[in-house]
Amino acid sequence: MKLSRRARLLVLFAVPIALMSIVRLWSGEDGLTSSDTIGASLRLSVPILLAGLAGLWAERCGVLNIGIEGMMIFGTWFGGWGAWQFGPWLGLAFAVLGGMLGGLIHAIATVRFNVDQIISGVVLNLLAFFGVRYMSDLAFVGQPGGGVSQSPPQTSAIPRFDVPFISGGDLFGWKSPNVLLSLEDSGWFFIGDLAGILYGLTNNLSWGTVIGVAAVPATFWILWRTRLGLRLRSSGESPTAAETLGVNVIRLRYVGLLVSGGLAGYAGGILAIVASSYYRQGQTAGRGYIGLATMIFGNWRPIGVLGGASLFGYTEGVKLVANDAISTLFLFVALAAVLLAVMAVVNRTTTRGIVAVFVSVIAAYAYLAIEDVPQSLTQSLPYLATLIVLATASQRLRPPAMAGVPYRRGESH
Amino acid sequence: MAKNRNVIDALPRPVVTLLSSLVAILLALGICGLLLLVTGKDPIAAYRTILETGLTGNKLLEMLKRSTPLMLSASAVAIGFKMNLFNIGVEGQYLFAALIAAEFASRISAPPVLHVLLTLMVASAAGAFWASIAAMLKVTRGINEVISTIMLNFISLSVMQWLFDNYMRDDSDGGLRVTTTEIAPSGQVPDIVDGRLNGVWLVALFVVFCYWLIVFRSKFGFRLRSSGLNSSAAQTSGIAANRMIVVAMLLSGAIAGLVAMQSVVGEEYAYGPQATPTGFGFAGIAVALLGRNHPVGIVAAAMLFGFLDSTSAVLQLSGIPNSIVKVIQAVVVLTVVIVNEATARYMNRRTAEQTAAALRADKVGA
Repeated sequence: MKLSRRARLLVLFAVPIALMSIVRLWSGEDGLTSSDTIGASLRLSVPILLAGLAGLWAERCGVLNIGIEGMMIFGTWFGGWGAWQFGPWLGLAFAVLGGMLGGLIHAIATVRFNVDQIISGVVLNLLAFFGVRYMSDLAFVGQPGGGVSQSPPQTSAIPRFDVPFISGGDLFGWKSPNVLLSLEDSGWFFIGDLAGILYGLTNNLSWGTVIGVAAVPATFWILWRTRLGLRLRSSGESPTAAETLGVNVIRLRYVGLLVSGGLAGYAGGILAIVASSYYRQGQTAGRGYIGLATMIFGNWRPIGVLGGASLFGYTEGVKLVANDAISTLFLFVALAAVLLAVMAVVNRTTTRGIVAVFVSVIAAYAYLAIEDVPQSLTQSLPYLATLIVLATASQRLRPPAMAGVPYRRGESH
Repeated sequence: MAKNRNVIDALPRPVVTLLSSLVAILLALGICGLLLLVTGKDPIAAYRTILETGLTGNKLLEMLKRSTPLMLSASAVAIGFKMNLFNIGVEGQYLFAALIAAEFASRISAPPVLHVLLTLMVASAAGAFWASIAAMLKVTRGINEVISTIMLNFISLSVMQWLFDNYMRDDSDGGLRVTTTEIAPSGQVPDIVDGRLNGVWLVALFVVFCYWLIVFRSKFGFRLRSSGLNSSAAQTSGIAANRMIVVAMLLSGAIAGLVAMQSVVGEEYAYGPQATPTGFGFAGIAVALLGRNHPVGIVAAAMLFGFLDSTSAVLQLSGIPNSIVKVIQAVVVLTVVIVNEATARYMNRRTAEQTAAALRADKVGA
């Protein structure tokens, strides 16, 4: 079966939605594709997405970044503090600056002094964790609602909006019709689900979220379509060759890490300003590491990171909004695997077919046998998924060749 | 400047190493002093309070006590470092081991010493088991241990929560106790100094001694270190790299399994999500880096961290946020790794220059 690129993309989008729809109608769990779930998934995806992009920028310029979590912690603190002091927009700006501070520390240690990149990242995480505690002690203790582990609540928020015409948004004071919501409420096969997903993505949107998602095309455009991007990626692939061609590898690694820190800081800012209205200790909750996982999952590419972050965010969203629906995801996996098995038969790829049948049987069994999945175990899904991807598809992954290798000007031979 | 370099040039290598660590610590104290100053606190007063409270008898005992998990965790990390393996997973390994060992100890009955020994062995086995997953993933699928141990840390937490909530929580008290069932007196380790220092401290010292023996004095240790320094050379001389990875990771996990034992068999006599201290896996990385993976260095660094930690309560009372203690620790590690790197580069250049000079002299002589 040969399909054109456009047709393949269409199939890639339509088939999972159709499967979701079948699962929804079969099990009666509306939560799978409801706009509430999708909205929550979007909100939960964005910090992970930005953390993943932060990892991508760092590794593309040749520096491993275990310190994303620490940079995010700086982001939550500075964001929470800035938003409390000067309002949400300046808060987001402070979050970015806080993250960049983390990026700068990482850059000085690894690029200037050639400290082991993993060690520097680990130490940065420790420094951020305890550093913000010290600063909370000074800035928040004694303030109304504040303390050593949280900031006083912010009084204003980043504005939210509905997209006009399709999700009932206002247009110059005129309330436009809410097409998607009425379609979702119809509950029709496929159309209802598609409308639910789109409505979830287009209603009650925060501008902070929109800017966060815009980082994906921006990253792609800068890294793959500009001269700066080419040079930056070349410092990650082959710094000596880049240097020979007159590229300032050291400076570009500083740039890459500052952008990385800024993105991670923004991710933290989202958590402290958009997803909640105050800074709280432990707000990042390991999302920096999930971001790292997403980067691997997405094969060091922006679209891949987007896919990984959506997947992890979606499982979180389902857990949050419709926890009972979690087990129906097994049914989805089973059906998807059946489909893959059929395709394998058509394409005559036997091994893949056998694997697909195997997965399908297991997932179907899990769906029938497991009443409800313990919340404690579903938490580890992103981490488990990353290990599985690494174990099974590592041949297909292509990390930047020289990420992790310290580079000193003029010491190559 | 040139004169100064000549003085340093003449110093033997261990002295340079020691000096560089001291410089790093002073640098860190300077940076933190600046931080205190900028945030409106008096750094001199803060450091004086730390020294004055830290150097009293009770606080010194507390320092020893606080050094116990740090020494263990640092040894676990250091064994990996010596093999060029980065075990970030000590955190997950020791917490998993604490749960399993506490549950095991509360279920068996055995004579006093044997009970404790069995518990420690189970803890080690559980830690090694959790580490073995990362080792297997590395050997069979080539997954970098840094990534896999990070992921396994989180997986460990959720597996533990599931085990604890469903099977291992003590529900005898109407669900009030958020721990495992208390370990019988035969499985409890007594204090050396009542209420101040527990016997597990000696276990930690013994483990560091074993670390020295295994890594620096045994044939296995030689293989381990040579694989770490140059894996291809080691492989050429007949050392099986994969086997070394598995053994090193298992050893690291086995030591990691003991990290929380002071709490489990010496203080709380149980495991609990709140009762069992967390964060020692990462603190251990810091201590191992500060101690440069050397047993003496590890003990000294663990003492330094324990010393700083022991003063934090008093510091808070005198108006200085006690979180500065942790900031100092983190900054110390940062400056230490930077200064280490600079020193290593300097030592390499010095060796190269001295060798070149010796060769020149040789030629002139001939």
